[in-house]
Formats: sequence, C-alpha cells, structure tokens
Amino acid sequence: MTELIQVIDSYGLIVAFLVVGIVFLFSSIISKKVFRSKIPASAIAIFIGLVLGYFGGIFGGGTNGLADIRIFKGLGFMGGGMFRDFTIVATAIGASFLLIKKSGMLGMISLFLGLVVFFTIGVALGWIWGFRDAVSLTTIGAGACTYIVGPITGAAIGASSDIIALSIGIGVVKTITVIILTPILAKRIGLNSEGAAMSYGGLMGTTSGVAAGLAATDPKLVPYGAVTATFYSGLGCLICPSVFYLILEYFL
Amino acid sequence: MIYGIALLAFSFLLGQWMGIILGHWIGIDSNVGGVGFAMLILMLTKEAFQRRGWFNAELEYGVDFWGKLYIPVVVAMAASLNVKAAVTSGSLAIAAGIIPVIVVFIIFRYLNKTLKIS
Repeated sequence: MTELIQVIDSYGLIVAFLVVGIVFLFSSIISKKVFRSKIPASAIAIFIGLVLGYFGGIFGGGTNGLADIRIFKGLGFMGGGMFRDFTIVATAIGASFLLIKKSGMLGMISLFLGLVVFFTIGVALGWIWGFRDAVSLTTIGAGACTYIVGPITGAAIGASSDIIALSIGIGVVKTITVIILTPILAKRIGLNSEGAAMSYGGLMGTTSGVAAGLAATDPKLVPYGAVTATFYSGLGCLICPSVFYLILEYFL
Repeated sequence: MIYGIALLAFSFLLGQWMGIILGHWIGIDSNVGGVGFAMLILMLTKEAFQRRGWFNAELEYGVDFWGKLYIPVVVAMAASLNVKAAVTSGSLAIAAGIIPVIVVFIIFRYLNKTLKIS
C-alpha cells in the first residue's frame, strides 16, 4: 500500500489523467443511459468536476477543491493556467481566421457592452446590499466581471481585503453559473454559429466559463468564444479601476 | 508531430509575450489578451504554412491532440475550483455572480434576434 501511495505521490499529473478519464467514462454512461444522449457527456463531466471540487473543498479544507487532497493534487496542475491556456490556443487550429475577422467588430462591441452590463449590475447589487463607498462598489462591480478583474481592481484602488475576497467569490460564482447555464440555454438564445459564439464570448467574458460552457454545447464553437473572451479580463482590468471608478466617485 | 507541438508552443509563447507587453504598455500589471493573440498567430502561421505547402496531417495532429485535451483539462479545472467557497460565500456573492449572467443571456438573445448574427 505504501508503495502505491508513493507512486500516486510521485506521478500526480498521470493520476489526474486517470481520474479525468474515469470521470468521462461515468459521464458517457450517464449521458447515454439516463439522458438518452440529450445532454452531452462533456457537460456532465464538467458538472461532475464541479461537484468533486465542492466535496474536495469540504474534505480538503483548502481553496483548490479536490486538488487540495494529496492524492488528487495533479488535478490542480492539469487544470491550472498553463494547460488551460495551451489547450485553448490549440483549439484555434480548427478555426477560420476569415470568420474571426468578419465578426471582429461585433466581438469588440460585445466586449464593451458586456463589461458595462456586468459592472453596472454588480454595483447596483452592492448598493442594495448596503455598500455606499465608491472603492467597495467598484471592486464588487469588477468582481462581477471576472475573478481576475475584481482583485486587480480592488488592489489598484485600495479596497479592504474582505471586499477583495468577496469580489473573487462573485467572479467564481459567475464562472460556475456560465459553465452550467451555457449548454442548457444555448438553443433557446440562438448560440449556434461561429459569429454568435464570438459575440457571446465578448458579452460573458470569463474565458474559463465561456470556453467550458461552449465545450459542453458544441466543441466547434470553443475557439470563437475564447478568442474574444480572452480580451475581456484585460480590458476589465484597464477600465474598472480607471474610467468606471472615476464615474462612480463622481456620482457618490 | 513534434513540429506541430513546437509550432503551437511558438504561437503560445509569442502571444503571451505580446499580451504582457500590451499590459505594461497600457499601464496594468496583467496579461491582456495573450491567449487571443496566440490563437490569431497560430491561425495566421497555419495559413502561411498551407500556402507554402508545409502544412501536413502530421503537423496538424500535434496541435489537434492538445486541442482535444481542452475539455478534459476543463474537467480538472472544475474539480480544482473553490466551489465550496463560491457556494457558501454569502448572498451578495451568489446574487452578483448569477443575476448579471441571466440578464446577459436575455440581452444576447435579443441582440441575436435583431442583428441576425450568422
């Protein structure tokens, strides 16, 4: 037994490949037997991933879900920024540059519109919950954009650490909501073409949420949604602590 | 196959570098669209290679393999997210994380209908 633990310990990433493979096996069985293939296996696999992350948080007691449990630590590496970005970029090999150029303008407009809507509603909700100072409200609004924009904005304008933590929490809830709702609502909102995916990515923003949601909807759309969504956080980090903050400060 | 992976790595690193430079340039300490630049570079190099006849199935396989790994990586990412904190982080975090998303779904549906995005 100690030998097995030793193997698991030394080869974390390989263990993660096995774990994810088993999750996929279960997902495809559930997809076929329970949902008669109406819900794709990848959507179920991602959802199971979230559930595992939840239980990992309970039993591991850390901030990295299941990856905080020693034998599953490789999941943190496999699901970390390096692999995530590298594989998203790789999906672009199947995308058409012409299509992206054609919808580029639409994507840009979506980006700005998305940031304004998320920020405004975030600020409005912060106001309803009793926050009145521009710094806290801006940080909360930035958190509603993504969990990256929130803390960067908060740090830039000097928000307190509990507000920054709150903004990260908001962003993570957003990502999870987008992952779950995208495949469920895709048909109803007409998210079925490359151009639509590009403007969707710009509006929603969160790259992990959009790309995972699209992967569960139609893997063909992933590169188109990701290529615009990836500019959202950067643009948010630029606009939230400057333009948006100054506007709020002016009104308060 | 390794040429495909190397091409992907080249596009990735160049794109991330551009993202960081752009970030510095506009005065924020973060990567602005590095992944997006990398994707555009990969698509442009692919087209340039195709025109010269350098692009072959073997090369594409090296990139495609990583692209197919995307969904499994997302599953691993989902499992290592701080889901527990998100679920228990209080009513404001839940409200501000969910309500705008639903509003944007409605906006998107409306935009899609009026603009007929195709």
